[in-house]
Amino acid sequence: MTAFNFAYLDEQTKRMIRRAILKAVAIPGYQVPFASREMPLPYGWGTGGLQLTCALIGRSDVLKVIDQGADDTTNAVNIRRFIARTTGVQTTTHTAHATLIQTRHRIPETPLQAGQIVVFQVPQPEPMFKLEPRETERRRMHAMADYGLMQVRLYEDIARHGHVATTYDYPVMVEHRYLMSPSPIPKFDVPKLDQSPALLLFGAGREKRIHALPPFTRVEPLDFDDHPFEPQRWESACALCGSRDSFLDEMIIDDAGSRQFICSDTDWCSSRRDSDELQPGPRS
Amino acid sequence: MYVAVKGGERAIDAANGWVAKRRRGDPTLAPLSVAQIQEQLHQSVARVMAEGALYDPQLAALAIKQAAGDLVEAAFLLRAYRTTLPRLADSLPIDTARMRIERRISATFKEVPGGQILGPTIDYGQRLLDFSLLEPEETVDPTTFATVPTPSALTEPPSRVTDLMGRDGLLESEPVPPGDPAPADLTRQPLRFPAARPLRLQALARGDEGYLLGMAYSTQRGYAHTHPFVGELRVGRVEVSVLAPELGFPVVLGEIELTECQMINQFAGSDQAPPMFTRGYGLVFGQGERKSIAMALVDRALRAGELGEPETAPAQDQEFVLSHCDNLEASGFVQHLKLPHHVDFQSELELLRRLRTEHGTHEAIDLRTGPSLDGTTKVPAP
Repeated sequence: MTAFNFAYLDEQTKRMIRRAILKAVAIPGYQVPFASREMPLPYGWGTGGLQLTCALIGRSDVLKVIDQGADDTTNAVNIRRFIARTTGVQTTTHTAHATLIQTRHRIPETPLQAGQIVVFQVPQPEPMFKLEPRETERRRMHAMADYGLMQVRLYEDIARHGHVATTYDYPVMVEHRYLMSPSPIPKFDVPKLDQSPALLLFGAGREKRIHALPPFTRVEPLDFDDHPFEPQRWESACALCGSRDSFLDEMIIDDAGSRQFICSDTDWCSSRRDSDELQPGPRS
Repeated sequence: MYVAVKGGERAIDAANGWVAKRRRGDPTLAPLSVAQIQEQLHQSVARVMAEGALYDPQLAALAIKQAAGDLVEAAFLLRAYRTTLPRLADSLPIDTARMRIERRISATFKEVPGGQILGPTIDYGQRLLDFSLLEPEETVDPTTFATVPTPSALTEPPSRVTDLMGRDGLLESEPVPPGDPAPADLTRQPLRFPAARPLRLQALARGDEGYLLGMAYSTQRGYAHTHPFVGELRVGRVEVSVLAPELGFPVVLGEIELTECQMINQFAGSDQAPPMFTRGYGLVFGQGERKSIAMALVDRALRAGELGEPETAPAQDQEFVLSHCDNLEASGFVQHLKLPHHVDFQSELELLRRLRTEHGTHEAIDLRTGPSLDGTTKVPAP
């Protein structure tokens, strides 16, 4: 890989991305357009997150990459290998040891700390794209904080189903100003965004936008007084570590359709199993 | 324990090995050389250069070999490489009026100054499978094609048909805008809307050929009307020059092969302007006639607003056309559905189970009757 620069991108491109990040940090929740580059990974597979990571990473960083909460899913492995090959930085699976965490669809269960940066891979940064396909019109709506359309959509969900039918990529308000897509993290993870001590950055490569939540930013999910926001709950505990307060993935383990639930966050799960206070939960 | 997602690293290595084996195919057959692809599959090379947005026939041929002939994947390989290249200089604008012509036709006049030059075209042959190509081809004697002309080094290239028409005022003129501002650069700035014509043309020039073809075809079938005529289609080689600051004069870097389509379209005129023909423009690397014509049709359709025409068809909607014409973006995002989505899916499962449990029990508001004021659900009128 000597034919390529440290962290793949050339320094001019990194500078361009860092400028966009600074602007995004200065205006929490606002989508900053940036000149997204082609990456050696297909669009939609984390090119935005990868560009942020490549623009930010330094030789002393310790990198963690997860997909669906897991360090060992194939796309996470592929991205981690790419960054390790082009930078030589140390990688880890332990959330607490990482200075830079690139993630797709989850926020780690281990609470984030000040000084950590989490880079989210974002397929669609615009929370209203299903309501208004035109970017020119959506820009106007953001400029005027005209978010009635989204409230109406949530109301219609409640009217039809009795619940807001959005279970991931749940729309949030940032500092009472910008409506923001938190990327397709489950509702379960949304409360972790509020007042997070870590810097949270969101990169959408194909859509060419970056948005950010600086540390200790107010982030509130959209809801109604009589239908308050409610994260997911499980009746089961993790079959491996017994955790009852983590996001659980459901597995079909035989042709008879038997189900098992285990932690989506593999680091959280294995750390609990390695610790002495292991309390095996009931198998479901 | 469910282990399908474990051992990702070894599985990826094994998958790469399998891909390499399939790419090579039957090992008793001679391998394809990059030079063979470059010379004998030049149409594939041209398409990959156009959509990969990099004029380098050798690297395009390499990408085609590596992608086992998947041209969209080859364009992706070329673009991913291109993005790492430093930008040393901007070339001077190329001048297609000075093109070294291989082929040049006009559909608007029976005869044009400089003549109709068919050049290398399959347009007037029959599409019959040539079974003689099944037989091993003998090494070709260099004299075999001795009678085939090479690109003409005409001292005076033929005038563009559109330039001849422009002199009579029948065709809209396209003067250099005041101050000759540099166009926005799609590779250095994100595409934003509304996009001016130079930016639109950049996006179309590297857009997917199949997509543009479908969009262009739709304008011929009633979804927008552009009344197109091919004023001129020319294929040939054009010099690329850069201005070397320390020398103070342009230096020719080399030639690129291009196809240019100048489409002439009707326009009714308005209170301010007399009726005149309008233009649509297509320009593509290599001999890309299908794409250059399609591009010219779509370019003209996208000018509907500027020319005061109603914008009703998909091909006239720049957000629709330009946001979806890039096959790297489209291919990546469509195929990202292969990535694990089990966290999102789990979230949907949880909600669906809850809704099914509550089905028929909760007090839903029926949207046909509106919310009930007394807290009970009204029965919708039959």
